Amino acid sequence: MELTAEIVVFAVFSIITLTGGVGVALTRNLFRSALMLLVSLFGVAGLFVLLAAPFLAAVQVLIYMGAIAILIIFAVMLTRGMVTARRVMNDQWSVAAVVALFLFAVLAVIFVQVGQGESAVLPLNPTGDPPADGTAALGQALLDPAQYVLPFEVAALLLAGVLSGAIYIARDDEPDEPSQTRG
Amino acid sequence: MHLNEWAFVGVLLAISAILPVVPMVLGWLLGPRKPNPLKSDTYECGIETVGDAWVQFRVQYYVFALVFVVFDVEVALLFPWAVAFGNMGLFAFVAAAVFILLLAVELVYIWRKGALEWM
Amino acid sequence: MLKEALIQAGMQPGWAAFIDIFLGVLVAASFGMVWVLFGIWVERKMAARVQDRIGPNRVGPWGLIQNIADALKLLTKEVIVPRNADRPVYFAAPILAVVGVILIAAVIPFSPVVIGTDLSIGILYVIAVGAFGVIAVLMAGWGSNNKYALLGAFRVVAHLVSYEVPMVLALLVPVMLAGTMSMQGLVREQHIWYIFAVPVTAFLFFISSQAEVGRAPFDLLEAESELVAGYNIEYSGMVWAMFYLGEFMHAFFVSILFAVLFLGGWSGPGAEQIPFLGIVYLMLKSMLVYFVQIWLRLTVPRVRIDQLLAFNWKFLVPLALANVLLMAFLFKIIPTPDFAGAQAIATNEFAGVAGGIYRLFGPNQIAELPRTGLLLLGNIALVGVTAALLGQAGRRARRQVEALVDETDYTPRAEGAEHTAEAPAAAAR
Repeated sequence: MELTAEIVVFAVFSIITLTGGVGVALTRNLFRSALMLLVSLFGVAGLFVLLAAPFLAAVQVLIYMGAIAILIIFAVMLTRGMVTARRVMNDQWSVAAVVALFLFAVLAVIFVQVGQGESAVLPLNPTGDPPADGTAALGQALLDPAQYVLPFEVAALLLAGVLSGAIYIARDDEPDEPSQTRG
Repeated sequence: MHLNEWAFVGVLLAISAILPVVPMVLGWLLGPRKPNPLKSDTYECGIETVGDAWVQFRVQYYVFALVFVVFDVEVALLFPWAVAFGNMGLFAFVAAAVFILLLAVELVYIWRKGALEWM
Repeated sequence: MLKEALIQAGMQPGWAAFIDIFLGVLVAASFGMVWVLFGIWVERKMAARVQDRIGPNRVGPWGLIQNIADALKLLTKEVIVPRNADRPVYFAAPILAVVGVILIAAVIPFSPVVIGTDLSIGILYVIAVGAFGVIAVLMAGWGSNNKYALLGAFRVVAHLVSYEVPMVLALLVPVMLAGTMSMQGLVREQHIWYIFAVPVTAFLFFISSQAEVGRAPFDLLEAESELVAGYNIEYSGMVWAMFYLGEFMHAFFVSILFAVLFLGGWSGPGAEQIPFLGIVYLMLKSMLVYFVQIWLRLTVPRVRIDQLLAFNWKFLVPLALANVLLMAFLFKIIPTPDFAGAQAIATNEFAGVAGGIYRLFGPNQIAELPRTGLLLLGNIALVGVTAALLGQAGRRARRQVEALVDETDYTPRAEGAEHTAEAPAAAAR
């Protein structure tokens, strides 16, 4: 395997992603942990670029880093006293280790199979190059009645459900407030 | 190859990370360095600090961020539609209109229910 | 061009490409920083004139060297790091803020051939990069170990994040009209500037970008008269200067974006043939927008945080949603312009006067005219409906206030017994 620029970039972003992931788990300070999550998400965005999916990379940065990570940081702030954890409070780490190892074994088997070309779902050399304008193709697919238009609309319903959750959270503070006094 | 486009961004990322460090380091070197306990105190309009740096985090911040996430995802899904819209027929418009209207109605709903108030 | 020259000189193609990119990156990165020196001067002079004073005029002719003097001063200031500040986070925040702005320069189309890189997701990349700025604010607020900084950071993040929604909704429209997200594509497809076709969208983008950058009337980000300097409180010297620099560069880049999206970018007479003219046109248009930005900033007072958020979620977002729907609808029902036919008339020697007009104004432009006009009519209709709804809401609010005023008892009360007799009567009402 020759050392092309692609391999180097892939290695760099993989290291970034893994460092972020490990950092999330190992950092004591919750805020730093959230920041390591951001690092990890950025690494994933880089990997998306390598996979010829720039649209997904931009959406990853825009939504995961720019919105969801912020939401997580806000949630961290909401739990007072948790920000500077001084000791590991979880007693179930042995069970967690077993589950994690099992999951790792399953994933390793799958990846080895894919790497050796034995997987039917993920062939090693997919036919054709990625379309030149991936986003336009994605747009066509999203709204094509034969393809993804139903998930597209269901996504809207899902988002509407999230907004209802927002109402519930906002209401939580003052359960006695009658609704007529509001706008 | 598509990666070539992004080479510029990658190099720019590296350079622009280094660029602000230079004046910062210069400032660190050139500026006086006389720390004293009063200067290192947290600023609280000139009086002594009281308590930890923890503030009453009101839930409104979270609500606005949550609503933002929803609309962000909506727009992210709409961008491919906008790009491909020129070549697509009326059905695409109707599907997207349903999508946008669903979220607009939901926005009005949460408005009415008072989730968008700041206080 | 440089790449070819280097390859001919015997350098390997990989390295030549790298040098080409590297130099381009240096230009892009320093472009913003260099401009800031000039731009801040322009802003201070204009602010001064509006406020009936002269502004910096001591350092250098007309105070032009003022900014360099300021930069030198900031270099010599002590960087006071607060006790218990989270140092890595504290120092990473201004770097991230600047990175988030400079990255925008990668996709700005300066001319038909001069662009950092014409990403296929051009404008989406610009928005995504804005996320770095938001994170930087949170890091600054947290890393300062100061409750006011943290509080300021929360408010700023709520503000920035809210105004991103109408901005991206507004950006859907030029993307739809051009059929591409690439910046060069957006410029090339604007045969007639989009500000004439979709002024409401331009307005939405302008207002929300002002809020994103933190310019008045939305400059709660600094809130100099509240929370001292918000998340900036604990930053001093050159470290603080990075935030300041980032903010100004962002303001300028945003005006460049407006020029690219709605004022045709580098397009203008002769821009295709002489690339340098493209840069000139773009800069002229951006400075015009920047001028309007400063004008707005110097004219209106700051709004409160709750007014800010109400304005966004109850006016801008619904307007943006309605705008997207309406523009999509009109875009679908208006037939696509007949570019081929227009070209035919322009090149046809026997077309006489019509041919002459087509050649003078450009065949693509004339073909685009009916669609632009119809979209404009749609926009005017939208403005009319919005104004009517606003008027209704305003009248309703006024009636509520008047009802409240009518209820209150304003008859003057005499002292003593009359006072106690009046009070229960008034309370009973």
